Parts: sequence; structure tokens; C-alpha cells
Amino acid sequence: MTASTVFAEPVAPAAPRPGRRVRRRRENLAGYVFLSPWLLGLLGITAVPMLISLYLSFTDYSPLISLGDAEWVGLDNYRRMFTADQSYWHSVTVTITFALVAVPLKLAAALGVAMLLNRTMRGISVFRGLFYLPSLLGGSVALAIVWVSMFNRDGAFNSFLALFGIEGLPWVSDPDWALYTLILLAIWQFGAPMVIFLAGLKQVPVELYEAASVDGASAWRKFVHITLPMLSPVIFFNLVLETINGFQGFTSAFVLSNGTGGPVDSTLMYTLNLYIKGFSELEMGYASAMAWVFLIVIGAITVVLFTTGRFWVHYSDNEER
Amino acid sequence: MRLRLLILVIILAVVLYPLVWMVGTSLKSPQEIVSNIGLIPREFTPGNFAEGWSKFDVSFGRFFLNSALVSLLTVAGNTISCLLAAYALGRLRFRLRGVWFAVMIGTLLLPGHVLIIPQYILFRSLGWVGGDWPYLPLLVPAFLATEAFFVFLIVQFMRGIPRELDEAAVIDGASPYGIFRHVVLPLSRPALVTTAIFSFIWTWNDFFRQLVFLSELKDYTAPVALTLFIDSTSESAVGPMFAMSLLSLIPVFLFFVAFQRLLVEGINTSGLKG
Repeated sequence: MTASTVFAEPVAPAAPRPGRRVRRRRENLAGYVFLSPWLLGLLGITAVPMLISLYLSFTDYSPLISLGDAEWVGLDNYRRMFTADQSYWHSVTVTITFALVAVPLKLAAALGVAMLLNRTMRGISVFRGLFYLPSLLGGSVALAIVWVSMFNRDGAFNSFLALFGIEGLPWVSDPDWALYTLILLAIWQFGAPMVIFLAGLKQVPVELYEAASVDGASAWRKFVHITLPMLSPVIFFNLVLETINGFQGFTSAFVLSNGTGGPVDSTLMYTLNLYIKGFSELEMGYASAMAWVFLIVIGAITVVLFTTGRFWVHYSDNEER
Repeated sequence: MRLRLLILVIILAVVLYPLVWMVGTSLKSPQEIVSNIGLIPREFTPGNFAEGWSKFDVSFGRFFLNSALVSLLTVAGNTISCLLAAYALGRLRFRLRGVWFAVMIGTLLLPGHVLIIPQYILFRSLGWVGGDWPYLPLLVPAFLATEAFFVFLIVQFMRGIPRELDEAAVIDGASPYGIFRHVVLPLSRPALVTTAIFSFIWTWNDFFRQLVFLSELKDYTAPVALTLFIDSTSESAVGPMFAMSLLSLIPVFLFFVAFQRLLVEGINTSGLKG
């Protein structure tokens, strides 16, 4: 895109030898040659669509008309979102509940199992692999289908409860419980953060624990004063990643509700709501406004996480970051 | 130590239960799905697979082929385009490199859902949605290195390749293209394999984009086709639905078996060495 203009610019005068100058110019050009597919993607697949989306968010637009005929409505979409649309706020609540419950529990499960695995013993890589398997499969439609069936009225979970004489509920069609079956599905995929925790635990110097043992520290104190601080960069990394993923949950909610967000909007995740507004109700202007608010909120959450991270994430000196 | 092992085994049993239950259920008859709560069917009913395979007007064989086509081409696109971008950003010195690198990092956290509507409008106006080449909306972004995660992963890997090799090649008169071909490309193979595997698994499992961009039954990929089962609510569909769900997980499972070590190390290198 800018290869020609950059190439035409005068070469930095610092270059002492002509051979070197030519080489730098060639490297400059080569840089843009190699970067060109990415630059094209950045422009056509990311930047321009973002601008279109920003424009659409101020219009009333359905895909049945051409882009030029979109009717400018100013801030109406945003006003409707914040003041008039009940289902919007509902979806915000659902999404926040999902992230606030699923992310901490998933990370706790990941850390717990990682600590259990952090011993030299035979078969550890088999355990590690099998715990990781759900992370590879869990995001699929197929697994969501299985999960929903498992928590049906006559699903495996209720059969299990029946063994103890407990009469189960139709969990997935109960508005109070449906979201929690999806949260459980998210927690089930704790393997990916677990693997990262496990790698982090291996970096903690054994001497620290030995010294603490000499001082008579309990296992709990060692966990709080050695493991958690030493692991804080990894906890932080997992927290950022899982939070951002948590806010974008779509597939399982779509499968459970057959694309409606039901029962009674209880699984109306933000992205599912966006999909319904944009592609079922064809209100693409409104859905674009939703997308921009989502982008800004995700950005804000990332900034907040990074800001608070300064207070509790400890980096040891010999690490790069 | 014994106790630790026991706890681990119990957790593992709970974690693996849904998968085992899925296999069992896919082999049960409709009556048994309701009556037999055990994992193992009393009577094996492989008929679920045949029934599920031809349940809809287009056979599941076609859906799986579509999924394979999309996934393999996406692998090719991601690997090639992200490699090129990573070589520029990780190894070459050129104007504005720092700016482009920062932009790439910025797009790492950009949620794909935000762009789906304008992309849909754009691709549709180009005649790509539901056209003769129904997979263009899924494939073109892959060939333009839009999956920043892989660019980042390869950049990180390339940074570990000693600079001295480049310098030696320069003395031998190699151009940036020569260095790419003869030094960086061969040494980057591990990162490319990781990229290929993850990109296959993610694309095979992906649902959102395929749901949005595929409009005709014959073009459906396996995940989109599986949702057709949810529409048909009858009890008798559970067995076939499970059978097809199970089949759709097999490629990912095989990848897991073959590349387990690489996958586990893949998330570590990309995650921690950043």
C-alpha cells in the first residue's frame, strides 16, 4: 500500500557506505513486499469494515437495501440500547454473570489441578494431555449438543442424581439454571490455562519452598506467600485471556437455545444477541452500534485489568516481561 | 502421593465422563437412550450412524468434505500469509515497522464478532455470500493474515533464530528473499507446524463465521449441519445426532493423539515467552 512512497523517501544519511545504503533500501522494500498480504487484510478485512460498522451504527440499515440508502438516525441506536431495549440490558447481565462466575472458577480449577500435577511422577504427561483434551473439543457445536443433552430432564446428570434419590430439574430449560450449565461447560475446559499454570509452576525455584519449610511455614502459607506471587504473571495472562474469551461465548448458548437466547432470554449472551439483531431481525445498524459498545467495553476491561495488574503482578528480574 | 493420584484419577473420571457417555449414547437405540442410564449400551445400535449420515437432503459425507476443504485451505492460508508477515515484522528492518507491529498486537485482542456485520455486507456486495465460491468469505481473510495470533506466534519463534545466521548470509551476498528461503523458512518449521495444527482445529470447530457466511444446505460445514438436528426435536433423533457429533470430533481427536506434545508446548511458547 505505501511501499512505493516509502521507497521514494530519501534514505537516512547515517548510512556510511553506498553498499549498505542499497542494502537498507532493498530491505525496506522487502519488508513491505512480505508485509503486503497482511497490510491488505488489515485494510480490507479489518480497518474498512470497522469504519463501515461505525457509520452503520448511526443509521437504520437492513441488508435488503444498498449501503448508500442507509438512513442516518444519529445517536438513536445508542439511545435505544441504553434506555429502551430491555433485552439489551438483559444480555449484558447474562454476559457479565457468565464471565464473573465462569472465569474465576475455571482458573481455580486450572490452578488446583496444575498443582496436583506439579510433581515428578510417572504418567504425568498422560494426565496433562487428557485434562487438556476438553479444551480442544469443548468449543465445538458437537460438544455443546452433548452437554445440553446431558443436562436435559432425562439426561445423564439427572440419572446420576437419581442414584442418591435426588430428583433433578430440566436444567437446560429452566431459566434459573440454563446459564449455569453453560458456565459448567466453560469450566470443564480448564485444561488450556492448566497447561500454562503447570509451565509457570515449573519455573518457581524449589529453594524458596525449602527455605520456607526451614522457617516452619505451613502449606497454606507457602501457597499464599510463594506460589501465588511467583505465579502472578501467569495468573494475569490467563485472567486476561479467559476474561476476553468469556465475554465472547456464543456457540454453547446458540446450541442450548437453538439460536434464541432462551429459555426466557436466560442464555442471551451479548454476541448471540448481536447475531439475532443483525442476522435474524436484520437490524444491522442497531447491531453495529451493539458491536461498537462491545468493542469499547472489552477494550476498557483490558485496560482495567492491565492497570490493576500493576499492583498484584510481580515480575522477577530475570524474566523478560 | 497415593492420595494425590487418587484425587487426580477421580477428577479425570469426571472430566472424561461426558466424552465416554457421548460414545455410549451414539450406539444406543432410542428406547435405550431413555431407559439405560449406564455408559455401555446393552445392545449396540450402529444404525444411528447410517441414519444420521443420510438424515438430511444432503448427506453428512458432503458436510464433512466441506469442513475438510475449508479447514485445509484455511491452514494453507494462515500458514503462508502469517509466515510472510511474521518474517517482515520479526526479522526485517523497514520504515514504520514498529507502528505495524503495534497495530498487529492491537488486532490480537480485537473480537471477531465486532467485524462480522460489515464483513458480511462487504462480502455480499462482492457476490461472495452464497455464490459459486461460497467459501471465499471464510478463506480470503485467512490468506490475508488476519489471524494475528499466528503472526505473533511465528514472530516470537523467529526472534529465537540467531541473527548471526542472517549476517553470515548477507556476507555471502544473500538478499532478504534469499535469507527467507534458505535461513528463516527452514528454521521456522516448528512454529509453522504449530500454526497449521491450531489453525486446523480452530477452523474445524469454528461455528460463528460459518453460520453467518454459509447460506445453502449443500455448502454447510459439519458444525452448521449439526445444528439442523436441534431443529428436529423428536426423541428418535438423539442417537443419530450423537453419532454425527461424535464423527465430527474425530479429526480433532486424531490431531490430539498425534500432536499432543506439540499442542501442549504450543500454548506454552505462545503464551509465556511473549
